[in-house]
Amino acid sequence: MLELKNISFRVQEREIIHDLSLKVEAKKFLVITGPNGSGKSTLAKIIAGVEKPSSGKILFNNQDITNINITERAKLGIGFAFQQPVKFKGIKVIDLLRIAAHEKLSINDACDYLSEVGLCAKDYVNREVNASLSGGELKRIEIATVLAKQSKLTLFDEPEAGIDLWSFQNLIKIFENMRRGIQDSSIIIISHQERILNIADDIAVMAGGVITKHGPRDEILPELIGTSAAVGQCYRFKD
Amino acid sequence: MSDNKKVVNLDAIQKRLITEVADLHEVPMGAYNFRANSQLAGRNVTANIDIKSKDDGTGIDIFIKPNTKNESVHIPVVLSQSGIKETVYNDFYIAENCDVVIVAGCGIDNCGSQDSEHDGIHRFHVKQNSKVKYVEKHYGSGDGSGKRILNPQTEVYMDENSYLEMEMVQIKGVDSTERMTTAELKAGAKLIVRERLMTHGDQRAFSGYKVSLNGENSSADVVSRSVAKENSFQKFDACIIGNAPCHGHTECDSIIMDNGKILAVPSLEANNIDAMLVHEAAIGKIAGDQIIKLMTLGLTEQEAEEQIINGFLA
Repeated sequence: MLELKNISFRVQEREIIHDLSLKVEAKKFLVITGPNGSGKSTLAKIIAGVEKPSSGKILFNNQDITNINITERAKLGIGFAFQQPVKFKGIKVIDLLRIAAHEKLSINDACDYLSEVGLCAKDYVNREVNASLSGGELKRIEIATVLAKQSKLTLFDEPEAGIDLWSFQNLIKIFENMRRGIQDSSIIIISHQERILNIADDIAVMAGGVITKHGPRDEILPELIGTSAAVGQCYRFKD
Repeated sequence: MSDNKKVVNLDAIQKRLITEVADLHEVPMGAYNFRANSQLAGRNVTANIDIKSKDDGTGIDIFIKPNTKNESVHIPVVLSQSGIKETVYNDFYIAENCDVVIVAGCGIDNCGSQDSEHDGIHRFHVKQNSKVKYVEKHYGSGDGSGKRILNPQTEVYMDENSYLEMEMVQIKGVDSTERMTTAELKAGAKLIVRERLMTHGDQRAFSGYKVSLNGENSSADVVSRSVAKENSFQKFDACIIGNAPCHGHTECDSIIMDNGKILAVPSLEANNIDAMLVHEAAIGKIAGDQIIKLMTLGLTEQEAEEQIINGFLA
């Protein structure tokens, strides 16, 4: 599905990612974890085409996509959920979902996507995607747009960032649903939440711009518990 | 009455202009007055709404009877001949307890080399407890070297507890515009203004507001959203004056592109200790992350820009 070959990324004199290689097979749910500043978000942006690597190659379904732009990658089937959802003055939730779905999405279908992320559809479908929405609402709308796009490979950059606990519980359910319906697609989530790591097939650990470990969850997760790469919840809110 | 029952007589270009400025595809229901190339092209009056030409021929008077509800008046103007320059005075007298919609608008198609100019002076006299929605669209087309010029002036006089919502849109094709709106509000009156403006090429647009909140609990909310593209220039000058305990809010939110320039000159004047006046202004280019987000959904950079502008001006 996705292959990164010897990727490096430099900003001025500083190299943020060093000679990184990673293979993601089809039908996999991969969580990339690691401490803050290890280069995880940069890696997600490089895959989506938002950032261009200084060297190395990116293959998507055996096609070299290193030099193609964000739009073309989106059309090939790469989806990307931003860590900080973008606000738009005047653009409504339904407009964004229709852009994402690339077709004449009916209000009913749009409502299905909103229901999936736990929003009461009729209250939101005609709302503007602007600052009147809370961080949690924006995050869920962001995820709904990515669901509506129906990508072969979907990237989530720290989906838990900036949302309240109630939204977080629902977020986990969304990912569990996606995990069940993965079919031929793949999902990459950048996260250090233990509960997200718990539903991964594979876990990759990043530190200092390189991948230090990559393997099945059962192999990697036990080593991470109690480190900053796998943050648990406050005990009061544990199930 | 013969003057009041003229059949609407418009050619294809004029019909297209009417569609652009008034969203009309056919003769509207209710009262209307169509003006084409400085001539009356059709008029209809109703039991509650009368339209009369001024005796000196400088425009029309529109009279709306007390308690008129859920009726509308359309008064579109089109210019399709190059070189016309006209000044028209339209007075709207809205009596007590009405709830009506007034749709104005001017479309100019100039394929010639001479400038075409329409200067509309609209005066609204809104009596007690009446509610009015006013929609005005301006549009220009034609590839002649002659300029398309629109200089609307609007004067608003609002009596106690009246309500006026003004939606003013100029999106395309007008080379030069100087718009000035003044309003005087008595106690409990409320004025809402929603302006949408887009300029391109070498167009210049000036939009000024002077709103005087004279009565207790009067309020005004003047919001302008604009986009200046290419080499165009816009100036937005909004002044709210609080002469009584009142609420005033003005907001100018603009996007600049290419070499566009925008000058926002907000001003507030409080002459009463209980006048609460707020101003907001923001000018900037389209945020990069907005474009990137839409590109990750499969739009090209240009399509993304169009979506963002369309939404912003919607």
